[in-house]
Amino acid sequence: MLRRTLLTTAALALGVLGAGMAQAQEKLKACFVYVGPIGDGGWTYQHHQGALAVQEKYGDKVEIQWQESVPEGADAERVLTQMALGGCKIIFTTSFGYMDATNAVAAKFPDVKFEHATGFKRDQPNVSTYNARFYEGRAVEGLIAGRMTKSNKIGYIGSFPIPEVVMGINAYYLNAKKVNPNVEVSVVWAFTWFDPAKEADAAKALIDQGVDVIASHTDSTAPLAEAAKTNGAVIGFGQASDMAEYTDGPRVTSIIDNWAPYYVERVGALLDGTYEQKDTWAGIAGGEVLIGDITEKVPAEVKAEAEKMRDDIAAGTFHPFTGPINKQDGSPWLAEGATAPDGDLLGMNFYVEGIKGDIPK
Amino acid sequence: MDFGSINPVILIASLMVAAVPIMLAAVGELVVEKSGVLNLGVEGMMVMGAICGFITAVETGSPFLGFLGGAAGGAGLSLVFALLTQVFLANQVATGLALTLFGLGLSALMGQGYNGIKPPLTPDVPFGPLAQIPALGPILFAHDWVVYFSVAVIAVTWWVLKATRLGLIIRAVGESHDAAHALGYKVNRIRLGCITFGGAMAGMGGAYVSLVRVPQWVDGITAGAGWIALAIVVFASWRPWRVLIGAYLFGGITVLQLNLQAAGSAIPVEYLSMSPYLITIIVLVIMSSGKGRAALNAPAVLGQNFHAAR
Repeated sequence: MLRRTLLTTAALALGVLGAGMAQAQEKLKACFVYVGPIGDGGWTYQHHQGALAVQEKYGDKVEIQWQESVPEGADAERVLTQMALGGCKIIFTTSFGYMDATNAVAAKFPDVKFEHATGFKRDQPNVSTYNARFYEGRAVEGLIAGRMTKSNKIGYIGSFPIPEVVMGINAYYLNAKKVNPNVEVSVVWAFTWFDPAKEADAAKALIDQGVDVIASHTDSTAPLAEAAKTNGAVIGFGQASDMAEYTDGPRVTSIIDNWAPYYVERVGALLDGTYEQKDTWAGIAGGEVLIGDITEKVPAEVKAEAEKMRDDIAAGTFHPFTGPINKQDGSPWLAEGATAPDGDLLGMNFYVEGIKGDIPK
Repeated sequence: MDFGSINPVILIASLMVAAVPIMLAAVGELVVEKSGVLNLGVEGMMVMGAICGFITAVETGSPFLGFLGGAAGGAGLSLVFALLTQVFLANQVATGLALTLFGLGLSALMGQGYNGIKPPLTPDVPFGPLAQIPALGPILFAHDWVVYFSVAVIAVTWWVLKATRLGLIIRAVGESHDAAHALGYKVNRIRLGCITFGGAMAGMGGAYVSLVRVPQWVDGITAGAGWIALAIVVFASWRPWRVLIGAYLFGGITVLQLNLQAAGSAIPVEYLSMSPYLITIIVLVIMSSGKGRAALNAPAVLGQNFHAAR
């Protein structure tokens, strides 16, 4: 009993001391939860670059903390709770699967701001969501794929069948088909965000089936490494990060997730007291999605075409989902000239007409 | 079953490659368990082998030295396990789990600066015209040397355990360390040797992932292959040739389900993904029921520490 009292006193004293120190330094603690290791060279790496940008921008005013490879599910809730108890004032949860955990923990810590990437649930006033319009990058990839494929078979390594990924597949296919009506897309679901061996196997399976352009929606560079084994017969794209180390190999361009401006803005808003709950979905126009250098493997006219599409998307004169578009079953989705409303995209659970196979349930 | 447009020759050829890491790790663990030691740290030793092999291959430019480096890395980590369990008599289950966590962390630390580098390629063994034989060529004569090595290890392990004095001693130690000790065998020293062998094999399996299957280094690259290797040992009921079957089955189903998807087959992939584990459970149930128990074949003192003065 005595020991317990002692411990409680000690804990309290420590807590007070900790709070005192925090106030003395007035450091804002910004925390990041990552689904994979920073060394994945893709998704998590880019989020960590954003975190580092926050540290660099605000220097002594903020302290950043992060945890890598946090599983989606019950573990995430535990990690979030620990972070909130540990004095984090703003927590960025950087994977779709943290959605429920983020909202559940946010309910218990109303004073802590939560920022959930790629989700749509803002059940609590202290939960904001942010996302990037990756599908805009997918459209550019699709155009290059449609022009570059010799076998007319292009591949896509899906992670999980969520709207984000389905949207990417549709944008990729539609814009490939626009320039190459004979193109077919093969989709392989890896059911993981990060498992290099499995991602490589998925790429190999696609290559075995005659696919010669591979886009991936998983986090590591493994699909590119697999494509590199074909000595140039198969090309691919950098995903989430530039993956520039494959520029002399299969990587012809890339979608780069540029989270830094958003992280800097949000932490800055919290510092100067202008922070508000919001839902952000920026794309190429907002600089959140960047298209990496298009290499010389791509013929000049295709490169120019791709760059024009990128610029048109940025200028708002072209939308990757412009009607007429039918759903896979043939029922109409978008009328001639209509563009897809954001709501439709965020809940997308169907393939467009022409894609074979079913989305796993 | 509808195989769609999948070419069975390519499928078999790729499953042989996919099975190598888990096969090497599993056959190593089999020997460890035959000597009565349960080392759950296979995953940690594999990932250490992956990074040590990667570093060695990149620094020396030789993939062959890379595999030796991987084996050394895995064996090195297994010595930590041997020290804790054989000398300090720590609990084997807890030590093994800790070894996995330690290996994952240490490999991530060692791998700093090795992200995004491409290792030297491991070429296929040149069989000349043999590789051109239809069907048989791609399956039997178009692999790198590690694929053949892994099958050879299975054969040698089987022969040693079954037909040699050394195998008899290892089995004796695993069945009754007290009896083996009474006969004058150095129980802990024999186990130390087995643990090191297990570590080296797991390390080579890991190196195969980072040098051949994925050819690059990323943190946690083995992604659970070590656990599958552990399951295979049980699935194989501690028999080397069944390890081969188990590894091809587990590796094959991974490849098959991805190929089925790429070919646009209508079979739900979830069933295929879970089938190896389902089979393991069924095998476990059959083997542990009544008559099946004799066939269970588990070493009698598996997981128990031994100290001569006890």
